[in-house]
Amino acid sequence: MPGPFDTPDPVKQTPPALPPGQEPSAIRKFLLSRGSSALADRGFRWLMIGCALSIFAIVALIATELVMRSQLTIAKFGLKFFFGTAWDPVNGDFGALPFIYGTLVSSAVALVIAVPLAVGVSIFITEMCPKFLRGPLSFLTELLAAIPSVVYGLWAIFVLVPLLREHVNPVLMKLFGWSGLFVEPNFGIGMLAAGVILSIMILPVISSLTREVMTSVPHSQREAVLALGATRWEMIRMGVLRNARIGIVGSIILGLGRALGETMAVTMVIGNRPDIVKNLLAPGYSMASVIANEFSEASDDMYLSALIEIGLALFIVTIIVNALARLLVWAVTRGAPARVN
Amino acid sequence: MGVGIQVDNLNAWYGSNHTLLDINLHIPANQATALIGPSGCGKSTFVRCLNRMHETNPVAKVTGSVRIGEIDIYADASPVEIRRRIGMVFQRPNPFPTMSIYDNVASGLKLNGFRNRRVTDEVVERSLQQAALWDEVKNDLKKKSGASLSGGQQQRLCIARALAVDPEVLLMDEPASALDPVSTAKIEDLIFQLKSQYTIVIVTHNMQQAARVAERTGFFLSGKLVEFDSTHKIFTNPGDKRTEDYITGRFG
Amino acid sequence: MTNSFRVSKANHLRRRLADHAASALAVAATIIVVAPLVAIFVYLLYKGASSLNLDFFTKIPKGPGETGGGMANAIWGSAILLGIGSLLGVPIGIAAGIFLAEYGRGSKLANIVRFTADVLNGVPSIVMGISVYSLIVLPQKHFSAFAGGVALGIMMIPTITRTTEEMLLMVPHAIREAALGLGVPNWRSVLSITLRTASPGVITGCMLAFARVAGETAPLLFTALGNQFWSSSLNEPIAALPLQIYTYAISPYDDWHRLAWAGALVLILLIMVSVSLVRYVTTRGVLKGAN
Repeated sequence: MPGPFDTPDPVKQTPPALPPGQEPSAIRKFLLSRGSSALADRGFRWLMIGCALSIFAIVALIATELVMRSQLTIAKFGLKFFFGTAWDPVNGDFGALPFIYGTLVSSAVALVIAVPLAVGVSIFITEMCPKFLRGPLSFLTELLAAIPSVVYGLWAIFVLVPLLREHVNPVLMKLFGWSGLFVEPNFGIGMLAAGVILSIMILPVISSLTREVMTSVPHSQREAVLALGATRWEMIRMGVLRNARIGIVGSIILGLGRALGETMAVTMVIGNRPDIVKNLLAPGYSMASVIANEFSEASDDMYLSALIEIGLALFIVTIIVNALARLLVWAVTRGAPARVN
Repeated sequence: MGVGIQVDNLNAWYGSNHTLLDINLHIPANQATALIGPSGCGKSTFVRCLNRMHETNPVAKVTGSVRIGEIDIYADASPVEIRRRIGMVFQRPNPFPTMSIYDNVASGLKLNGFRNRRVTDEVVERSLQQAALWDEVKNDLKKKSGASLSGGQQQRLCIARALAVDPEVLLMDEPASALDPVSTAKIEDLIFQLKSQYTIVIVTHNMQQAARVAERTGFFLSGKLVEFDSTHKIFTNPGDKRTEDYITGRFG
Repeated sequence: MTNSFRVSKANHLRRRLADHAASALAVAATIIVVAPLVAIFVYLLYKGASSLNLDFFTKIPKGPGETGGGMANAIWGSAILLGIGSLLGVPIGIAAGIFLAEYGRGSKLANIVRFTADVLNGVPSIVMGISVYSLIVLPQKHFSAFAGGVALGIMMIPTITRTTEEMLLMVPHAIREAALGLGVPNWRSVLSITLRTASPGVITGCMLAFARVAGETAPLLFTALGNQFWSSSLNEPIAALPLQIYTYAISPYDDWHRLAWAGALVLILLIMVSVSLVRYVTTRGVLKGAN
């Protein structure tokens, strides 16, 4: 290797002559013959854009289709459709309130059960549990999300419903019967069973997002609270939960979105009776389950239109709920990469 | 065989940030030319303008002309065609992680549609030999992934990959800055061997390196080419006070 | 001084109690959450495994009330439906992901597409069912495997799109530059370099989407409809594993309940294998080779 300064001064040196007969190599000739591929690049780009836009088109198509096919009942009943309690396909009288009520109540029951559990699990996994348990525990809660709705329904029919009927409901009736929420008849199936199975199903949604939001709270926030002499619980309450609360609310709303649209498991245990009653042990009906049960029997256009309008309402509500949830979660984990839940 | 590069009135921007101001120089064929200067002085931007890599950033803009051989790269051809004539070696070794050593070297040919197996085999062997890597990898060319090599080997693999398309110009953007001293020495050796066949432009923050490998050296400061002369002159008798300050270390 | 000391001591006790109570509650919550999961699995294994036999995989369903029979046609039907779904969902999903990561970064259009993908992800599956019913079944005037496959395919798109985007964004920029520096056309670089480097993650996303729609029942109720017999025609109603489980679960026959459990076990195993594989790949680092 030459020393730093003994490279010959090129200014005084003649440039090296081309070796005689030097021609561009085969490779060079080939590469020079290839075009700029600008056309292929543009085509590919538009193909990708087209596919991306097709997602937009699909959503638009779903929306227009639902609106078009529910014109009959929209025209006939207007907003009254959502406040009517009659569901009489034979006489063509349709009111969706019992189903809306059932959907709201079963989802509310699900949230009441799932939210404290999900937050508790998230606190345990992110703040308390030994490192070696963290992976397996979050994996287990994610497994809950992978079980298909119909399998939850199957399990609920043969395990959960008998369990509620024999052991849980009698206790609830004895303790809280005075409230009117838990009174006879005790079939096992009903609003409570639907709420319980829904709570198990939305738990992984809420807990995985809550975990994400809690881990995104900067470490300095925790240390700041600990430095004031706080106990661990105070640290979690003031340093973590307070900072993460908007995101946690977002994850709860996302769970709500999932619960509102859940079909199979609910259909299998809610009892499928369009009544509006306070009693949680009584059978009810939900928007998704009435579609699942009656859609293929809907003989005339008005009936079909009524069911599709319920679907349209479900579609709009879940869009609003999901958008709200995403907005809240984004507000907290801003900058963190998107995750598939 | 290499060709010379003629740069006239080259200006470059990142967004509203004017990163290169009116650069004029001639880079001679079949020699090594070093570009030095403090970080952020525009030397990397300059080499990226020579093969239109600068444009891959959507906010970037360039004016002026760059002639490589007979071709005005901003007027006569598409970026893709230009880059096939010019090899580039980057600051950090960046072999394709999913490809074997062989496929890495052959990638410039294969991905541009070259199908001749026999020629590809020859080119891969020759390129690896030129990059002084052949003896170390010849036994597991298709078994090992490019990412399984050491840092220095990876960088020589990247040089082999650049050489495989038989370029006229080889651009090197701080090729040894991420490597240990032994690997750095190997890369410098390599540049010394290769410069008789290719026009080499090497960006470096290491002045000794510039002095060791390059015939000519350009000093960049704040987006301007302060001085461009023979390496010997730049390092022994610089014409500009700022160059002198920089090479004697009296400079931030 | 003494007074304030006493107060703070009582206060300290209260705080420590609260701390312990909170810990206990968090542990209890974890146990309550894990319990149903374990219960479901144990029950499923116990009920399902005892009902699984060769007939399940080789025979078609018997009539109501008869014993025996299997779900061979439903497994076959599910395979066909998922095949159609993947043919539709995988290319569109990956292409849209490529758009988001490689072409649309930061653009308004990308934000709109990302948002609609999230909306699509949130559309209740039963709504997807009636939409595809009115888009395909009504105009064609018959239920079909094709309609069911389309419903599943649409449901796969958002998951695949978002994982593809995420995985492509993880590919180091240096790799893209290396390809472009060789004069490789952009489309070629995207497909052969970026997408290929990210392929373990992208495949993971596809399997996740696959596993998710494999268990879907609601979108098939009014599209694929179900079928008690063998069918491979895309223009006819077709059986599917989740549909069959549903039909059998709500039937009054013990032997059908037995088959429903066996079907559920098979379905779960299929899904678990994909999800575990996903977990394995992602925790091992999708881009281990890349620096």
